[in-house]
Parts: sequence; C-alpha cells; structure tokens
Amino acid sequence: MTPVATPFFFYFLSGVAIISALVMVTKVNPVHSALALIVTLLSSAGLYLMLFAPFMAAVQIVLYAGGILVMFLFVMMLVNIEDLYIEKMLNKQWKIGLAATAMLAALMLGALLIGAKTLPQQFVSLPENNNVQQIGLLLYGPNMGYYMFPFEIASILLLVAVIGAVVLTKRRAQ
Amino acid sequence: MLQIGTTHYLVVAALLFLIGMVGVITRRNVMIIFMSIELMLSAVNLNLLAFSRLYGLHGQVFALFIAADAAAEAAVGLGILIAFFRNRATVNMDEVDLLKG
Repeated sequence: MTPVATPFFFYFLSGVAIISALVMVTKVNPVHSALALIVTLLSSAGLYLMLFAPFMAAVQIVLYAGGILVMFLFVMMLVNIEDLYIEKMLNKQWKIGLAATAMLAALMLGALLIGAKTLPQQFVSLPENNNVQQIGLLLYGPNMGYYMFPFEIASILLLVAVIGAVVLTKRRAQ
Repeated sequence: MLQIGTTHYLVVAALLFLIGMVGVITRRNVMIIFMSIELMLSAVNLNLLAFSRLYGLHGQVFALFIAADAAAEAAVGLGILIAFFRNRATVNMDEVDLLKG
C-alpha cells in the first residue's frame, strides 16, 4: 500500500520531530527533555512507516520510546537533582562546540549537494505485507542467514552490557 | 505537489543529528547528553532506512542492529551515571576532570 498525502505527512512529522528535538536540547529540566525526546522518536517512527519499514517503526516505538526512555525517567528518579535551576546550563566550551557543529553542518551540506545527484532514481519495491518475514530471512534464513553472525555478536554485546550495568551499579563491599 | 524524495529524508536526518550533537557538546547535564546520543542514533537510523528505500532491505537490518546497540549503550551509560552520582553527588560533566592536565 503506497502512503497517502506523502508531502503533508512528511513535512508534518519532520517538523514535529525537529521542533521537539530543539525543545529537548534547550530545556533545563531533564524530565521535560525526556518527554520531548519521546515525541521526537514517535514522529520519526511515523517517518519510518512512510519509508516502507513497518518493523523498524514498531521497534522504534517499543524499544526506544517504551524501553530506553522509561529507563531514563527511572534513573532520573534515582538521582535527585535539587539545585538544577541555579546552576549553569551550558559548559565552558559551548562556543567551540557550536563552531564544530557548524563545520559539520557545512560538511553535510556539501556532501548532500554533491551526492544527491549520484543517487539512483528508481525505488526498490519493499512490500509491507511480508516485511518482517524478509528481515527474518536475512537474519536467520535457510542455510545460515546473511546476518547470522552479526546477530550473534549483537546478542553477546547485549549480554555484556547487562552484566556491565549490574557490576557498575553494585555497591562495593566495605 | 512536490515529490518527496530520498534527499528530503537525508536533510531531516542531518538536522536531527546536528541538534543531537549540539546537545552532546554544549550541555552540562549527563542525562541530557545521553538523550542527545539516543537522538543521534535515531537520526542515523532514519538515514539507513531512507537508503534502504533505494538499495534494498539490508539497511533495515542494519537499523535493527543500531537499535540493539543503542539499548546496550543506554544500559551501560546509565550504570556509569549511577556509579558517578554515588561518588560525586552531581550529574554535571564539568566535574569529570580527572584526566585534565
């Protein structure tokens, strides 16, 4: 099924995403920032749907907005920050940081201007009704899926991260 | 009606990435720095999916790997944050200056 009213939804969703990303970066209170980040991630899930990636849109909602952000909010309850509004918001090298970001922006603009001409004009057909099956076949299809070994590495990475998080937060015995 | 092509998505992803980079570089609060890193990873995912529209399904599989990576990074990062808060009773990155000459 092709998306309907593509320009309207594209500009709406990307506008919401960019505005709430700006809100996230500029808010003093990290709880407000987390709520703005949830809005950004949900609207980029809408953009994923328009790019014929329904599985990644679902992963974005369940894993980022539902899992990681809830973990952020939970940790914010553990670390209590009382003198938040008295302290400075920006660190000492923020001017140099903005200059570096502007340089990266110029680099990206140049790459887009040069590279946009070399992109293929034809879209690949990505049927949505068997998107999950196709990704599953690539991950662990018949006679060793294409991405079987990276998938195993990712699972080991997650295991190491879980153990690392437990070890880091454990209180040392006196 | 103007047609929405791959370049439009690339511009949006670049803007989100740059906003996240501003957050990482200029803010003092560690929580907001972590959230900005998540935003940058999500912008990279948008790029990969925009290219998977042109080159096939492999971009979506890579986006899945990046999502798993973001989860692992958030778990370890928040563990480090809690350990740091327990030692210093602050969440400001300026206080982490042990390696400063």
